[in-house]
Amino acid sequence: MSIVVDNISRRFGGFTALDRVTLETKPGEFLALLGPSGSGKTTLLRTIAGLDFADEGHVLFDGQDMTGTPAAERRIGFVFQNYALFRHMTVADNIAFGLTVRARRDRPAKAEIAAKVAELLELIQLPQLGDRYPAQLSGGQRQRVALARALAIEPRLLLLDEPFGALDAQVRKDLRGWLRRIHDETGLTSIFVTHDQEEALEIADRIVVMRGGVIEQIGTPAEVQSAPATAFVSSFIGETNRLPVTRRDGGAIIGDGLATVPDEACGQGGGEIHIRPHDVELAEPGAADALPVTVLASRPIGRSRRITAELAGVAEPLTFDLPVAEEAAAGQSLSVRPVRYRIF
Amino acid sequence: MSNSNPTTIESPWARRALIGVGFLFLVLFLFLPLVMVFAGALAKGWSVFLETLVDPDALAAIRLTLLVAAISVPINSVFGVAASWAIAKFDFRGKSLLISLIDLPFSVSPVVSGLIFVLLFGAQGWLGPWLTEHGVRIIFAVPGIVLATVFVTFPFVARELIPLMAEQGRDDEEAARSLGANGWQIFWHVTLPNIRWGLLYGVLLCNARAMGEFGAVSVVSGHIRGLTNTMPLHVEILYNEYDFVGAFAVASLLASLALVTLGVKTVLEWRFGIHRAGAAH
Repeated sequence: MSIVVDNISRRFGGFTALDRVTLETKPGEFLALLGPSGSGKTTLLRTIAGLDFADEGHVLFDGQDMTGTPAAERRIGFVFQNYALFRHMTVADNIAFGLTVRARRDRPAKAEIAAKVAELLELIQLPQLGDRYPAQLSGGQRQRVALARALAIEPRLLLLDEPFGALDAQVRKDLRGWLRRIHDETGLTSIFVTHDQEEALEIADRIVVMRGGVIEQIGTPAEVQSAPATAFVSSFIGETNRLPVTRRDGGAIIGDGLATVPDEACGQGGGEIHIRPHDVELAEPGAADALPVTVLASRPIGRSRRITAELAGVAEPLTFDLPVAEEAAAGQSLSVRPVRYRIF
Repeated sequence: MSNSNPTTIESPWARRALIGVGFLFLVLFLFLPLVMVFAGALAKGWSVFLETLVDPDALAAIRLTLLVAAISVPINSVFGVAASWAIAKFDFRGKSLLISLIDLPFSVSPVVSGLIFVLLFGAQGWLGPWLTEHGVRIIFAVPGIVLATVFVTFPFVARELIPLMAEQGRDDEEAARSLGANGWQIFWHVTLPNIRWGLLYGVLLCNARAMGEFGAVSVVSGHIRGLTNTMPLHVEILYNEYDFVGAFAVASLLASLALVTLGVKTVLEWRFGIHRAGAAH
């Protein structure tokens, strides 16, 4: 199913959670809403689910206006950060809940429900645990049960709110890959909220980067990493060194004339240059397009050497990744040339 | 027990002294009076004890007390659940006002609560003339006693449930809603099971207070023997007539009720591992 979010705004008192947000998903897509807390990503997800309602704008499912439709009638599967399993019901009853609460004429027969539950328990690889209670399961198992419960109603759309937020690192990694496989098997359009960029980059087809109730960029993991649309996206996704620049036609002057880097389309005025740690190379001392830095620390990490260095007149230390063979001792002067960078 | 635990670094002597003081206090101010009530009731033997209880006035008082509890406890349970549901699961205008109103009966002296009803429904009260005209008696009659009891026991269930429901949050209800459940289904299958032990505890407390309420009921009752006397009022009457055995006999029934409440509460806590009042599960 395709979802269109059209000019949605939402205010809570004086706080604007969503400010004219517009978004469109493709059928079968796995979309991540990524942003810091307070960026409006959860409010957007809840608005799509019908658990929250926008002050302005529309939500469309396959072209059909769902803006005023209550959550119970939207047929969406919603997974919560804290699982929200019904603690007094067994795992099997939890999964069956969405079917057993249906009106009698739409309700499947008991045997049919039982078969569906067994099938879903198989899907989440917990076939033995139908009789257990949620309190008897680990966090990862609970979240899998929550997903099975959401899938039981054969939703048109799967929405996940920080689905791995309450889990420890290793379980989180395992479940990520597993969730992506489930998504591919079911073919459902899925949207998940996360503040963890690594998670979004690893499993999403496209990433919606949000800040302050506004979408900063929508793009594939490759696009948001290599071509960030704004300074925020550039610094939020991946590591970045940020330096003040003066933009001139055809290039930018870093700091007070420390170095000048070429950029055809950079325009005029003040700004900021973003350089990723690994997008640099060593240059001959005194090169005009390289930064003269003093090494503060240097340590090998895997196949690269991480260098923390100081640039005269810049308070924040910079980090660079050079080939591990480049020995650099603390106190040594280096000339570091930005190879790839973006000027905002 | 490890010595690094900061709560147990006191010397064994200090620990024993503290426990001893606490224990002594409990014995002096709680256990002894309770024992005295039963001792007083049985001072002249079982037969006198039983005779006092089957006295028509005593029986009427017991019946009235049970009736009042049977009306006011369900009313306040329904109200308490509805109010805590609204307060814990929704945001609306006037929410803090509602919370303060629920607490009002705790902060107002029961005598004042009783007087409020006299002022409203009494012969000289606001609605008094109209009520007299239509032949409705509220003050010095059963309806007044029920009203006063409902007012005084208003907060018990709600106070028990609001923190519990607030702590549980809205996720369970929202999950049920997204799965297609309607409001009633959410309430019966999700909310109510989540709060059942807290609710039971609140109902027990509410019931204990409803049966034991003295001040407010005393103001509106009129103390008509056999008609508007509840058990606590009956105890007072007997006591003022120097019928100590009778007074203690009826009082021992009330005390037993308190013991049963305490017992049930302890069993609930033990059986279901409720650690904090109402923090079910």
